[in-house]
Amino acid sequence: MTLYISRDHALDLLRQMIRIRRLEEKSVELYSKQKIRGFLHLYIGEEAAGVGAMRALREDDNIVATYREHGQALVRGIPAGEIMAEMYGKANGCSGGRGGSMHLFSAKRRFYGGHAIVGGGLPIAVGLALADKMKGEARVTACFFGDGATDEGEFHESLNLAALWKLPVLFLCENNQYAMGTALDRHVSDSDIVNNPPAYGIPSESVNGMDVVAVERAVHNAAESVRETSEPRFLELRTYRFRAHSMYDAELYRSKEEVEEHKKHDPIANFQERAMSDELITQSDIDTIEADVAKEIAEAIEFAERGEWEPVEDITRHIYARDLS
Amino acid sequence: MTAYRDAVRTALQTLLREDPRVFLMGEDVGRYGGPYAVSKGLLKEFGEERVRDTPLCESTFVGAGIGAALGGMRPIVEVMTVNFSLLALDQVVNNAAVMRHMSGGQFEIPIAVRMATGGGKQLAAQHSHSLENWYAHIPGIKVLAPATVQDAHDMLLAAVEDPDPVFIFEHQMLYGMEGPLDTEATPPSPWKAAIRRSGSDVSLIAYGGSVHKALTAAEKLEKERVSAEVVDLRSLRPLDRETIVGSVSRTHRAVVIDEAWKTGSLASEVSAILAEDAFYELDAPVVRVCTLEVPIPYAKHLEEAALPQVDRIVEAAKRSVGGG
Repeated sequence: MTLYISRDHALDLLRQMIRIRRLEEKSVELYSKQKIRGFLHLYIGEEAAGVGAMRALREDDNIVATYREHGQALVRGIPAGEIMAEMYGKANGCSGGRGGSMHLFSAKRRFYGGHAIVGGGLPIAVGLALADKMKGEARVTACFFGDGATDEGEFHESLNLAALWKLPVLFLCENNQYAMGTALDRHVSDSDIVNNPPAYGIPSESVNGMDVVAVERAVHNAAESVRETSEPRFLELRTYRFRAHSMYDAELYRSKEEVEEHKKHDPIANFQERAMSDELITQSDIDTIEADVAKEIAEAIEFAERGEWEPVEDITRHIYARDLS
Repeated sequence: MTAYRDAVRTALQTLLREDPRVFLMGEDVGRYGGPYAVSKGLLKEFGEERVRDTPLCESTFVGAGIGAALGGMRPIVEVMTVNFSLLALDQVVNNAAVMRHMSGGQFEIPIAVRMATGGGKQLAAQHSHSLENWYAHIPGIKVLAPATVQDAHDMLLAAVEDPDPVFIFEHQMLYGMEGPLDTEATPPSPWKAAIRRSGSDVSLIAYGGSVHKALTAAEKLEKERVSAEVVDLRSLRPLDRETIVGSVSRTHRAVVIDEAWKTGSLASEVSAILAEDAFYELDAPVVRVCTLEVPIPYAKHLEEAALPQVDRIVEAAKRSVGGG
């Protein structure tokens, strides 16, 4: 299937997906070396969803993401070094070492986290959109969440409120088929997630989340519709997580065969193949990207290693605008 | 004289008139006029954009308030009562309280959340909670309990001006109470406790609705030649240790009155502060007068027996003084 995109566009999409993949592969190594601790949720396998969506949004749009947000944060422009330093827990991390892997933030990039209570980010997104609507700003708030979030009351409440008040929210459900270890058909009564939003009057569509170009087009169209109408839209990005839920997950709930079957739809390998067969890129382009990214990640690690630990005396900073003690 | 509910409304009007970033949202705050008639008339003056009736989704409209605050607005969210606020606790504990810290200080959440609290109206076990201590437990938010008409007004203004999330607990028995209101005077800091009545024999330390029971108890005690000082905590987070310890350092005896259940209550916290900072000032053990550890019953005589009452405060104070 022909891609119908420019060479530069293809190179950019590929580069972004490779940046995420390599950053995370390195994170696993650093986790085993105990440089990174806590929970580490990998996005590997889902890169097309994040890259397609983030590339379709405007710089001025608001982003609310989940605890599996390295990809969105990186494509948004948070430097790899600041993300790595955050995972190290260093003061030069993008959240000052207070958040870690699950809580990446950047105020100047309108990246509102990094939320680790499933469904908890949706009301925040609704509120950000409410603020924009009241101030007359033509901005879209894009809210990422997983299929597990659709079980939560806040999901249904947020869809209802966004539709009722006609708020410019783009709900992006990254359906990776599992709510942690519980398969979709075991956690929702109707595993066709796109059936939910129309009950609230929200237009809803499903897209192949393993195809970066399809995601980018669908998110672009949906975001422009939100911008024009100032009303919410919903997209389901059907994807698959190749790695365990977190580093503690023994993956007892799915077979190796199932994972291998999905790996045949690897978003990076497939895109490279298509872009090469369309003669948009060459192997040498891929080699260049890989070399650039390897350098970027090495520098990111160096940045994190060089970072300082915040002094313990500063532990009460940032709890309130002014220290109460 | 002004009614407590009217003082809150006056503050809401001032805020809505003076700051275009301010809006009010909650269940039945608009057409209904507020479940306690606090926001009556505001929809007509300010319109549906700024006085928003929400669906019954506490978690999401509190969360949306947090989001709107992140987005540069100054939302005032009314959660009808503390009982329903339990549905929104995730947004309070996991978002409002932590986002500034978790982001390394990048975000501010200037939200004010108001709710009614307390028992006394025979509303039974699901509508009579006093859970201010749950909120006061959480670093990252601030908690106020206005006991007077003046504070009901001033504290709302202060909460909206504050850059941090502030939770205001309005005791449901106080809405009809009348008292003086001066909208021109410079208000005292909302974060300091107040001595509502001076005394020398025992400190009655209370907040919210219990302050008035403590004041009545102090009058009764006076007739029995016991001079009781009444401390109104006003701010439940931060707690004003200095005023608490200062009062007990003068009276050397303390009775702490709290409409919450005794176990793990703010009364326990105040008692611990006295044990830590005023141990050598105490001439008698601290006494706590709290709600009995039962779900609040419906029947009038049982509800009265469950909640702290004037007689129990008087008895506790006499025990404290007599035991010295």
